[in-house]
Amino acid sequence: MARDDSLVEYCQRDRTVHPPAFAPAYKTSVLRSPRNSLISLQNSLSEITGPVFSQDELGPLDHDLILNYAKGGMPIGERIVVHGYVLDEFRRPVPDALVEVWQANAGGRYRHKKDTYIAPIDPNFGGCGRVLTDRDGHYVYRTIRPGPYPWRNSVNDWRPAHIHYSISGAGWVQRLITQMYFEGDPLITQCPIVRTIPGEAAVRQLIAVLDRNAAVPLDSLAYRFDIVLRGARATWFENRVQGQPSMQRE
Amino acid sequence: MTLMINQLDYLKETASQTAGPYVHIGLAPKQAGFDIFEKNFSNVLAGPKTQGDRITIEGRVVDGSGTPLRDVLIELWQANAAGKYNHPADRQDKAIDATFRGWGRACSDFETGVWSFETIKPGAVEGRGGRAMAPHVSLWIVARGINIGLHTRMYFSDEAAANAADPVLNLIEWEVRRATLIGQREDRAGKVVYRFDVHLQGLQETVFFDI
Repeated sequence: MARDDSLVEYCQRDRTVHPPAFAPAYKTSVLRSPRNSLISLQNSLSEITGPVFSQDELGPLDHDLILNYAKGGMPIGERIVVHGYVLDEFRRPVPDALVEVWQANAGGRYRHKKDTYIAPIDPNFGGCGRVLTDRDGHYVYRTIRPGPYPWRNSVNDWRPAHIHYSISGAGWVQRLITQMYFEGDPLITQCPIVRTIPGEAAVRQLIAVLDRNAAVPLDSLAYRFDIVLRGARATWFENRVQGQPSMQRE
Repeated sequence: MTLMINQLDYLKETASQTAGPYVHIGLAPKQAGFDIFEKNFSNVLAGPKTQGDRITIEGRVVDGSGTPLRDVLIELWQANAAGKYNHPADRQDKAIDATFRGWGRACSDFETGVWSFETIKPGAVEGRGGRAMAPHVSLWIVARGINIGLHTRMYFSDEAAANAADPVLNLIEWEVRRATLIGQREDRAGKVVYRFDVHLQGLQETVFFDI
């Protein structure tokens, strides 16, 4: 069945899988969380559309964090490939999704004006990359496994090793920022930011799985991380987004 | 007998996590303090050939203590001057402006907390059921301490009649809260600026949407 994207709207967001705005164990959320209820909107054109990105906006090394900031050497740390699929809630691939990632280096230090952690900057590591998903919704990039690091929340809180993700799908309502964690890391379940998420299944979905089948032998291990965005559904009956015939589907 | 019900095999949306304090590294590396990509996304939406009235949208995002966030990242999505989105799902009978994607990304200044966009004023877009929406831009706000991106809209103070008829503004039961979505026009030396401060909490808390 071919889908006619112009007649699509998106399933309501299931807020039970997401952290609430106010999560006091993550202290910074206290003063930065709205207290009123969100106003629920049915999709209009402003919500079902969104920016379109193309391959020619990205450079050839944008998805290679091992080489994209190399200054005559290679970054220190465990070489890994990270890959997966961007799907929607109906398991349909989301092609041309812009996946942007950023992370600390192997020592847990970010290349950022405001990061003053004692671990050193790696002269050959920038710590960011970006890639568009292919027609199957697949993405892949190469990097160095990031290190854990301490942060000021309680005095001895540590972030598990993680890679930040920003995903832009087909519609504005699919916009998502999240973090990927690594299988086997004991810091995951202790982390106040992870613990803002109410359910175990939703946390498990953020943990990348070691994927030996995708490893590059004698070179890099691989991790698999799939991302699910809001589902695009056809509008069969009334209440369509625009004044278009609603049964115009194949 | 315990009757097991078949389960729908839909997937669950991946959970959101905060963008954290170092969001600039990934989304605006120059602001983080380094140069890595050849092409960078920016807060300038309008090119020299873009149709429409040039405007600046600027503001701050303020926390519950009245302190501006200095580490916030905002994205803006809007229609072109004719009220058409540059996206295949917009089937209105209006022309796309090839020079205008309608999307930009801005970071607040590390000292003042002020962010801004250089763009054009959007036209009115058809809403649900063919009812016109007043000109507006959509905003998405992320930062350290924000667990899931906040969606809001900015409307324009010089569109009072259209705003009064806007189906989304009228959905907000508390009329006093509708005012939190209106960018205030200022004319500064020939430049049109809409000022839009976002309040995360307090009596002036901005209206945020579940879209």
